[in-house]
Amino acid sequence: MDKFEKLTGIAAPLPLVNVDTDMIIPKQFLKTIKRSGLGVNLFDEMRYDDSGNEIPDFVLNKPQYRQAEILVAGDNFGCGSSREHAPWAIKDFGIRCVIAPSFAEIFYNNCFKNGILPIRLPQETVDLLMKDAEKGENARMTVDLEAQEVTTSDGEVVRFEIDPFRKHCLLEGLDDIALTLEQAPAIDTFESRMAQERPWV
Amino acid sequence: MSGKTLYDKIWDAHVVHEAEDGTTHLYIDRHLVHEVTSPQAFEGLRMAGRKVRAPEKTIAVPDHNVPTTGRRDKQIENEESRIQVEALDKNARDFGVHYYPVSDVRQGIVHIIGPEQGWTLPGMTIVCGDSHTATHGAFGALAHGIGTSEVEHVLATQTLIQSKSKNMKVEVTGKLSPGVTAKDIVLSIIGKTGTAGGTGYVIEYCGEAIEALSMEGRMTICNMAIEGGARAGLIAPDQTTFDYVQGRPHAPKGAQWEAAMAWWKTLYSDDDAHWDKVITLRGEDIAPTVTWGTSPEDTLPITAAVPAADTFEGGKVGAAQRSLDYMGLKPGTPLSEIEIDTVFIGSCTNGRIEDLRAAAEILKGRKIKVKRAMVVPGSGLVRAQAEEEGLAQIFQDAGFEWRLAGCSMCLAMNPDQLSPGERCAATSNRNFEGRQGRGGRTHLMSPAMAAAAAVTGRLTDVRELT
Ligand code: SF4
Repeated sequence: MDKFEKLTGIAAPLPLVNVDTDMIIPKQFLKTIKRSGLGVNLFDEMRYDDSGNEIPDFVLNKPQYRQAEILVAGDNFGCGSSREHAPWAIKDFGIRCVIAPSFAEIFYNNCFKNGILPIRLPQETVDLLMKDAEKGENARMTVDLEAQEVTTSDGEVVRFEIDPFRKHCLLEGLDDIALTLEQAPAIDTFESRMAQERPWV
Repeated sequence: MSGKTLYDKIWDAHVVHEAEDGTTHLYIDRHLVHEVTSPQAFEGLRMAGRKVRAPEKTIAVPDHNVPTTGRRDKQIENEESRIQVEALDKNARDFGVHYYPVSDVRQGIVHIIGPEQGWTLPGMTIVCGDSHTATHGAFGALAHGIGTSEVEHVLATQTLIQSKSKNMKVEVTGKLSPGVTAKDIVLSIIGKTGTAGGTGYVIEYCGEAIEALSMEGRMTICNMAIEGGARAGLIAPDQTTFDYVQGRPHAPKGAQWEAAMAWWKTLYSDDDAHWDKVITLRGEDIAPTVTWGTSPEDTLPITAAVPAADTFEGGKVGAAQRSLDYMGLKPGTPLSEIEIDTVFIGSCTNGRIEDLRAAAEILKGRKIKVKRAMVVPGSGLVRAQAEEEGLAQIFQDAGFEWRLAGCSMCLAMNPDQLSPGERCAATSNRNFEGRQGRGGRTHLMSPAMAAAAAVTGRLTDVRELT
């Protein structure tokens, strides 16, 4: 997995609540058997019209946000389907960090498995960052995972909380499966105990 | 020390290893797999030279992509869908997991066939790369959706790295009025808590109205726990549960059944358990309910009218306006005057035999007034049973299309889709923009309500037809 340490980049504002994973990547793109290549279809139905032309008003189509690496969004981001295609599409587009007042849980988990940092902050703080993001390409934000800080283009510093284990994995780019396989003896023990206690499973 | 909730008990029974910071490896008893969220996970295993740790606990079935008409066992027209289904065929074979291919009469929606085959049992941990895995919570199992990386993790290790959720109790007291079903309960709950109200929680549904429900109804409730934002929904197992489970192909038998029952009977929340949040609804207050907007929290009793955006609080005004625009609705219009083009009965929320019976009950001797109506049984076995009971004939006589099992128009990854502006009364679980096809407009409701809409051509209070 890719590491996430520190990122300075353009933040795109998406002031919508309940952005669901169907919006992030509509189902017609779930038919792939690969992880890559979904970036062009990120937010497809908001981004393109029926004939496949870009809708100029949509934030990621605006010249100043085409290179965005951070997304600032409304409450309950990533709700709905569990599709990991949503973070794959976000990452493939080039976004490595999403900031919102809250996230749906499965989406939140999925981000960490893909080197994306989801940051939860209180509504007022997100409002402030949203304003900053609205300034466009000159407003570069910095996200520092080690220090757990977001710095706005004006130099204002906001602290965020994150689970220490997830932080560690993201900073080091650790692969969960390899880590878990180190626990193989514990899994073996559990399984033999269960064969006694709950043999019907 | 206070007592434990049902969730606490199941959690404790599955801890393989707990780190100091509380990060836990939880053992997974059942892993359900479908074609859309698994190809990258199997590919990951192959690339790393890993095996499936417990193929005997892994059950795969194609459901999302499969067409629900024609000779799909011979050929799936859409190339990408076919590739995904073929990839699952191959992966199931190569890795030796249980498999129900399209040609098997037991094939169906993953969350319908798990319980039907007795794979889903009380007290288990169950995961699937699908958010509606919460359905299995109806058996008192801890069941939730995971992403594809986690699918790979479970395939390789039979565990999941988890941190514990908080406990929430949703109690529905009293009795339901005639015409009110499990779907109306769960839509009302989400209307009350909002789609993020359950975030960070595992919900246990309880109370007299919940206890009175059949397993089918309980599955409908837990299915939509995710729409309320919760990681999982649970209902404590009781005699209704045990009766449903007993005799299913993969349920324990003989001495093992007795041993299992002894443990299952301990699976309830202690009286002195701690709840982080409690919500109570009165069963008598719940009316037949529909959604008007593009979020499952946009629910109202059928007797109400379309709301105005400015009646919402703060941040929600914009979202409500966007919903109204998308849905093409004017504030003040009585919901029962909204005309419907299409009716879809099916999905893992309401594609079981009882759902089909409830819809058929309304349709008997009536004809549809909508442009098209389809009923998609949740599994091949539900379909066979409905044919045997004469329900299929009732649907067809009324003008419904009688389809093969699958997810169908619940998410429109297959040929069953709405066209832009087409308005659908659906028994599924999501009314998001574009969910049933680009520009399609979805109103969620119970099977009986969807049948009522089919015969009148508009959203209808089912109580007018009974
Ligand atoms: S029926 Fe709908 S919600 Fe259920 S698994 Fe299929 S697509 Fe998902």
